[in-house]
Amino acid sequence: MPTKKPTSRVKPTPEGWPVAWPYPVDYEKENRVSADVLVLGGGLAGCFAAISAARKGLKVVLVDKSAVLHSGAAGSGIDHWMFCPSNPASKVNPEEYTLDPILQYKGGYGNAVADYITARDSYEALLELEKMGMKIRDTDDVFRGAPFRDEQTKLLFAYDYETNTCIRIWGTGMKPSLYKECKRLGVRILERTMVTGLLNENGEPGNRVIGATAVNTRTGEFYVFTAKAVVLCMATPEHLWIFSTEWAGLVGRDGPPSNAGNGHAMAWRAGAEFARMESSTREEWGGSTGIGSVMFGSGCTFATWHPCSIVDANGKEIPWVDKDGKSITHLSARTKPGPNQNFISLVLGGGEGGASSMPQLIPDLPERIKRGEYKLPLYADLPGMPAHERRAIFGLMIGQEGHTWSVYHNLTQAGFDPDQDLLQVYELGVAPPSWRRMRYGGLVIDWDLRTSLEGLYAGGQIIFDGIGASHACSTGRWAGKRAAEYVLKAAKPKVNLKQIKAEKRRIYAPLKRTQGVEWKELECGIAKVMQDYCGDTKTEELMKIGLQYLTEIKTGEADTLYARNPHELMRALEALDILTCAEMVIHACRARKAGNRWLFFERLDYPENDPPAWRKWITIKQIRDRVLTGDLALDFYGSLPDNYAAHNK
Amino acid sequence: MPTTKPKQKIFAFPNMPTPNKPVLIDPKVCKGCNRCVQICPSDVYIPNPEKGKPPMIMYPEECWYCGCCLMECPLHQKGANKLNWPLMQRVRWKRKKTNEHFRVGMPDPPPPNKRPLV
Repeated sequence: MPTKKPTSRVKPTPEGWPVAWPYPVDYEKENRVSADVLVLGGGLAGCFAAISAARKGLKVVLVDKSAVLHSGAAGSGIDHWMFCPSNPASKVNPEEYTLDPILQYKGGYGNAVADYITARDSYEALLELEKMGMKIRDTDDVFRGAPFRDEQTKLLFAYDYETNTCIRIWGTGMKPSLYKECKRLGVRILERTMVTGLLNENGEPGNRVIGATAVNTRTGEFYVFTAKAVVLCMATPEHLWIFSTEWAGLVGRDGPPSNAGNGHAMAWRAGAEFARMESSTREEWGGSTGIGSVMFGSGCTFATWHPCSIVDANGKEIPWVDKDGKSITHLSARTKPGPNQNFISLVLGGGEGGASSMPQLIPDLPERIKRGEYKLPLYADLPGMPAHERRAIFGLMIGQEGHTWSVYHNLTQAGFDPDQDLLQVYELGVAPPSWRRMRYGGLVIDWDLRTSLEGLYAGGQIIFDGIGASHACSTGRWAGKRAAEYVLKAAKPKVNLKQIKAEKRRIYAPLKRTQGVEWKELECGIAKVMQDYCGDTKTEELMKIGLQYLTEIKTGEADTLYARNPHELMRALEALDILTCAEMVIHACRARKAGNRWLFFERLDYPENDPPAWRKWITIKQIRDRVLTGDLALDFYGSLPDNYAAHNK
Repeated sequence: MPTTKPKQKIFAFPNMPTPNKPVLIDPKVCKGCNRCVQICPSDVYIPNPEKGKPPMIMYPEECWYCGCCLMECPLHQKGANKLNWPLMQRVRWKRKKTNEHFRVGMPDPPPPNKRPLV
């Protein structure tokens, strides 16, 4: 668990600061660790990868920048187990469940490999979690008779009570269960250890990946990991266009602020291939899920709150419509497929131009408010919902979803009573221009979830077009197994000392400076470049200047970046990774010379939307400082059942 | 003219990032076990140099209000710590029958609702 016990005996100054660094520091002290399978990132995907590799009897090492018990996007919980058509009460088959949303709502721009693995395996993964101690069904019969409960399995469903593919779960227990299982299986866990780079055979980017380097974020000690196979399970960067210390969690939303694109940056430097890196959406503002709000802590109808009624200031209910925009009157119609719809699928990656498969509030609500038809403010009408819906939303979902354990406690402690009280809905809108968030750019993978590099596998959000807890668990689990199979035939890794030495020089450089630019200023500066030169309005000329600007920062200001202790060093290295991710994004945006509303991508100089010649994934990679672009067919996945079977022996 | 000369020494401080009190710790309840220090995903805490005293929140702006430190705190139920939503996030609600308005953190708040999670 923690690194070493605090040893400081120094008393704080009268004003409290500064305090002597509480951990023993030994910069550059080299620790060597070897493994069969090395898992980088200890979130849901990383834990599952480690567990499935360890079950094959291999020596597994798991490295995490935080503490595995609660690290990652789902560290504080998760309330939905999405993409689960494989459960016994489901009425949709995995093929249909995978392809239908991609073709109907995503214009063909989906990663059916990862989605299909999830659709096929997520129920098995959920049962494994149950065995590890996490609660997945209503064993206490709290919701007996509710329309979202399958009486036989006692599973509770969300969104679509007819076809049953998304399960409500007690996910605050997910990380603790996974952590315990990793320990039980003898996975060696190194925490507060930030992985900084991947090691290639002969030190050459593009070659087989055979290990990684890391720095302890409390002691500053250096780590060299060697492994026969590496599984990369880190997340998408949370702050590329937006960085502010005045908004909670450095504006981290889908993940903690530590999600700084470390995995993306290190895989890029190692020569791996990426897709969808040009995709980003305008950030949401306010509401219940945008910047400046407590996640799910105010009234809304989104995700955790679906299908809560919303009323105006006079108690008048806001109507709902189905996916075709046709008015629906009865509450039960919010939780079943519309006419001409087989099932409600969760189309993630919505936003500008994103199609929805879900019943929702009337889309012209803002205009109707302006016309005086509805009076502000609006409220979530929990008291008006049937008792089991109210309890499921506020008490199960609010309570189990990430962050909402404290939402439940803070609101009820403050006297909020869901049986009597209307929780205010705050205006949902978009953030200022060019405040964007990356949307699902990540590693290109094959059916083994192997990246373009030998020895490097991927699980979770770092796979392009991937999101969600069940996706993370299922892909991590699959990647761990495939990596374990590779280990059996893999040659012994031999690290290149030159690559290690160069990495050591790079990562400790900020400690050798006492003045210059600080990590926060560097992140703010990068975000401003992204807003100004790769924001809502993109042109070749703007992006060229943006790239030049980033290069200047890299050799200028970033070369003066300083850190005064191991924690600041972690943040400084994150800022450098953000810089790398920013470059990757601009390279990808320049490579797609056509608009694409499915990817929320607009170019002023190439305004045509998704012309036939550009109906493909654009890939990017970097080999010896040269950026290479390529493409990948949208149907790269081939036959789903055949490939699944062929790669799951 | 009467003046007030402070009896204590006055210090100058750099501006802290704001908001900067994501978690309020009651020093009378907290025993300084540093469990929160061990598990915080962002590593915002450091142990107090004085053993047995509450940890210090060294990097408040890196807190993303996930609440894991409260979930793991052995004395949370006894009031050792509280997640402190900043002022701009203290949401409002209205009682449906009476139209009374309330908010998180209001003076003279209504009694807590004691129903536990499902």
